[in-house]
Amino acid sequence: MNRKQTTLLAAAVAFAAGCATAGPKDDIQALANKAIAESFKPGENQDLDRLKQDETLRACNQYRDNPPEKVAAAINARATGNIKYPADGKLMGDWKTGEKYYKMGFAYRIGTVEPDDPKKDRGGNCYACHAADPKELAFGTLGPALTGYGKLRGASDEMVKYTYEKIYNSQAFTACSQMPRLGHNGILTPEKIAHITAFLLSPESPVNK
Amino acid sequence: MNHDKTGRKTLALAVLLTLPTLGGAQEMVTADEYRAALQDKFANPGTMVIDQGEMQFKTKRGPKNATLEKCDFGKGPGVLKGAYAELPRYFKDTNRVEDLESRLVTCMVRLQGLTEAEVKKKVFADQRANESNTAIEAMAMYVAAQSDGMPINPPLKHAKEKEALKVGEALFFTRHGPMDFSCATCHGNDDKRIRLQELGNYATSKKDAQKTMLTWPTYRVSHGVVRTLQSRMWDCHWQMRLPDLDYGSPASVALISFLSQQAKGAVLDLPGMKR
Repeated sequence: MNRKQTTLLAAAVAFAAGCATAGPKDDIQALANKAIAESFKPGENQDLDRLKQDETLRACNQYRDNPPEKVAAAINARATGNIKYPADGKLMGDWKTGEKYYKMGFAYRIGTVEPDDPKKDRGGNCYACHAADPKELAFGTLGPALTGYGKLRGASDEMVKYTYEKIYNSQAFTACSQMPRLGHNGILTPEKIAHITAFLLSPESPVNK
Repeated sequence: MNHDKTGRKTLALAVLLTLPTLGGAQEMVTADEYRAALQDKFANPGTMVIDQGEMQFKTKRGPKNATLEKCDFGKGPGVLKGAYAELPRYFKDTNRVEDLESRLVTCMVRLQGLTEAEVKKKVFADQRANESNTAIEAMAMYVAAQSDGMPINPPLKHAKEKEALKVGEALFFTRHGPMDFSCATCHGNDDKRIRLQELGNYATSKKDAQKTMLTWPTYRVSHGVVRTLQSRMWDCHWQMRLPDLDYGSPASVALISFLSQQAKGAVLDLPGMKR
């Protein structure tokens, strides 16, 4: 996909989002935020910092993921400016390692009822929402299918960079995208994202067979 | 449902009849047949939790050595029939909207003299340790079962009931936590799946909200216990990588208010049974 196509796609997504419901009135959102503040208690293994909404999420909540053009542009710019890359500069990692992290999920849960081991290695749990390897049938449909992702697009430097950045922070391209900001929020390291990028783009990867 | 002794005998019989086939030649069971089996009330272990809950409800406990038989769930002290179908609702004595489980907490504090901390110390059975339902889970099942066959019809007259609906709707769409998720991330569109699990659109589809809400509390086959709406709200927030959602908290009650209003008119079919 070239930049023009990417822009067209972004415009189409923005148009679709424009058909969604508008956000709640300010006073209701304030009451909702007050309810959140009262509904999670400090204590053992509770990390209340996780409830903090940064500027981007506050804007997405205010406009219910349908921000006006100016706000959306600011979100895109902020996301792009905050992207970090692997120390060695390689955005295309090892596709086999990428496959592992594409599959791996279930970590990082806290609380006292059923917390995960904090040392547990984290993956992107990408199959929860996106199909990829055509042999894997247990895929979710919340996000678009990525089967043949690299085969359709090629692995140009531009495409590698776009894919890496999309995984790192999807909101660099689509403000208030439903996709978690996996790199920005520290779920995945830059190295893991580079491996997943290779899983999606490498001609050797089962995604592109 | 009419859970009488015959029902339990039928269940025991069903178990006996099923046993010899285990380990034998396996017949293929289709997803439709599996779902049909989940509809069979006599084979629903949740019916036994209703009885456990009744015993717990009528057990004296706390400094006041009282049972919960005088608890008012909105239709007067001790009136259980149809009470769950009209929850959450505004309660004058606490000046707030309460769902079934936050009301149970209120009654355990006020009638039995327990502290809120004592009541909420352990509310959910741990399925990993193969535990049976906790007393409060079983009591919630018991009270809810007295509305089986009745339409979900929570009132929407008091200003605080209207507020709970609006706040619950706003909470449903509020994104937070390290995954940037809201309830609507998964439950905001038609015909979506996470892995192979169908999700349901509870944001805008009345039909989807009704389909799920009429089966709560529900026997979770994978947990081996009955799960309640408070447990379900906690579970979603846990999956969203957030801290534990406090049992009976304002956010949990507002979300349940929103979902119950979305599901209005659906006829309760209790206990439910899910995977």
